[in-house]
Amino acid sequence: MIEIRDLKKVYVMGDEQVPALAGVSLGIARGEYVAVIGPSGSGKSTLMNILGGLDRPTSGLYSFEGEEVGSFTDDQLADFRRRRIGFVFQSFQLLPRLTALQNVELPMVYAGLGAGERRARAAELLDRVGLGARMGHRPTQLSGGQQQRVAIARSLANKPDLLLADEPTGALDTHTGEEVLKLFHELNADGLTLAIVTHDPDVANEAHRRVAFRDGHIVSDERSPKAAESQKGGA
Amino acid sequence: MKFFELVRFALGAIVAHPMRSVLTSLGVVIGVAAVVMMTSIGLGASKRVTEAISGLGSNLIIVMPNFQRGPVSQGAGGGFSLRDGDAEAIRKQVENVAAVAPIVRGQAQLASEGANWNTQIQGVTPEYLIARDLKITQGRMFDDREARQGRKVVVVGPTVVKELFGGSDPVGRRIRVRSVPFEVIGVLESKGQAGFGQDQDDVVLAPLSAVRSRIVGRRSRGDSIQTIYVKATDEDSLDRVQEDVTNLLRDQHKIRQGEDDDFQTQNMASILAASQAAIGTFTVLLAAVAGVSLVVGGVGIMNIMLVAVTERTREIGLRMAVGAKRSQILIQFALESVALSLVGGLIGLTIGVLGAFAIAKLGNWPAAVPAWAGPLALGFSVVVGVVFGAYPSWRAARLDPIEALRRE
Repeated sequence: MIEIRDLKKVYVMGDEQVPALAGVSLGIARGEYVAVIGPSGSGKSTLMNILGGLDRPTSGLYSFEGEEVGSFTDDQLADFRRRRIGFVFQSFQLLPRLTALQNVELPMVYAGLGAGERRARAAELLDRVGLGARMGHRPTQLSGGQQQRVAIARSLANKPDLLLADEPTGALDTHTGEEVLKLFHELNADGLTLAIVTHDPDVANEAHRRVAFRDGHIVSDERSPKAAESQKGGA
Repeated sequence: MKFFELVRFALGAIVAHPMRSVLTSLGVVIGVAAVVMMTSIGLGASKRVTEAISGLGSNLIIVMPNFQRGPVSQGAGGGFSLRDGDAEAIRKQVENVAAVAPIVRGQAQLASEGANWNTQIQGVTPEYLIARDLKITQGRMFDDREARQGRKVVVVGPTVVKELFGGSDPVGRRIRVRSVPFEVIGVLESKGQAGFGQDQDDVVLAPLSAVRSRIVGRRSRGDSIQTIYVKATDEDSLDRVQEDVTNLLRDQHKIRQGEDDDFQTQNMASILAASQAAIGTFTVLLAAVAGVSLVVGGVGIMNIMLVAVTERTREIGLRMAVGAKRSQILIQFALESVALSLVGGLIGLTIGVLGAFAIAKLGNWPAAVPAWAGPLALGFSVVVGVVFGAYPSWRAARLDPIEALRRE
């Protein structure tokens, strides 16, 4: 599904050029559950931003289902994010003014769905993440784990091909973190492709594949032993 | 995505901070209210002046002595250069004239059985009623014969009836003008208060010759007139009649080529046009000054919109992450700015209209909010919203989603 080849990203800070990705090649197949690990500054977040269409590579190829995303215009990238990608952030990024239901509806508004259809699907998704009883609550009335589950429901709103999660358990305690991981596992079992950035080994171990970064390079790419027996979908 | 959804987003943000939104739009409220009030004051004043001037009579030319070049040599005339003969000549020689009404005036103390009233008494001919478009409601006007004979009869206005007779029917009763008894034979129809604060009903009409001999006689020459009202048959012939009257009077007064007139003629239509033009200019000036506060209001909106963009940087980042295009972010914030301004405009329009009616009531003139005030005020509000919302919206749309999401 995803093919990147010799991807480079260089940030220009004043006179200095800071390479964040120094020629990365990677393929991700549909249905995979990938953890991207590495210390901060290793380039893993930069990769996620490029995969999600929030940023463009300086050079190299990024094709998504045969489309060359690296050369998209701003509007094409916005469409790409809306149709293909679901984002889950460490800090949830829910809009405080809106209820859980309205937060989940938001991506569907940009997709042009009608109000009734939106509401029905948002309610269904909140049910799925176990928050059917809290649709009318605002983010401040929800616990961290609940907020993250609302965010996951939102990321699924437009039926993405790829769910990108950046330290999704980073702001949660162990127990609620485990619940979120369980949810990811279920989603993957249903066929959703997942890529999670983390530096938590426990989180990484849940994935079927671990890609380790250091200084803008991939230093290892291995299947986790645990995953080998449970993996579904095609590689 | 439907445009309506962007409107909904914009309104949602405004409703989320009701107090702030109201305070933000206050500048536009004041600006629009001021513009509406100023234009309606101007229009009201113009209407009132129009009423006052046309209340004098339509198609009217007023001929008066020119005091700047008074013929001092005429002695007892004391500057009154118009004569009975002038009025007679106009009547006989100028075409398209409906009425010629010579007038002498004198201030006099009037007394009935129980009351006193000081007012101006006008010596006129019966044609005066035609020239001034006046009507008699009770009794009758004196006729030409009575006028010629200088009979001691008067026709009075409603104010005089009220002051001297307490409102009861005065026809047939007597009033004393400077202790000379006059019989009241008629009452004029009320023309109301309009006209530079002057009471148009405070009038006493008597035959010209009677007023001349009894009231102003000692101060003027026997045949002098203060004013001649010339009424043209229709509006089109007004200018022509004015010209003819001027030429005729120059002839009558033996004024040589190059010499100034010793009289002046005023055409009511041109007086009206001139005063309306003056008021119009004044109104535009007032509205322009009021318009400055609209600009100030716009700056207030821009200020708050910049704050909002900074406050909601993460929201903007998130919207972009879930698929909002830059143009959609731009339009959302622009709509927010326009909505703030438009709400201000609507409130301002309401206040402006109410204010205009209140001022009209206080100033005792016709309330006149021009029909275009509404569309104009709202149109200006939208323009202010677009112009001053453009920069903040552009800033919002230019944000880098990654940076925006990271912002605390």
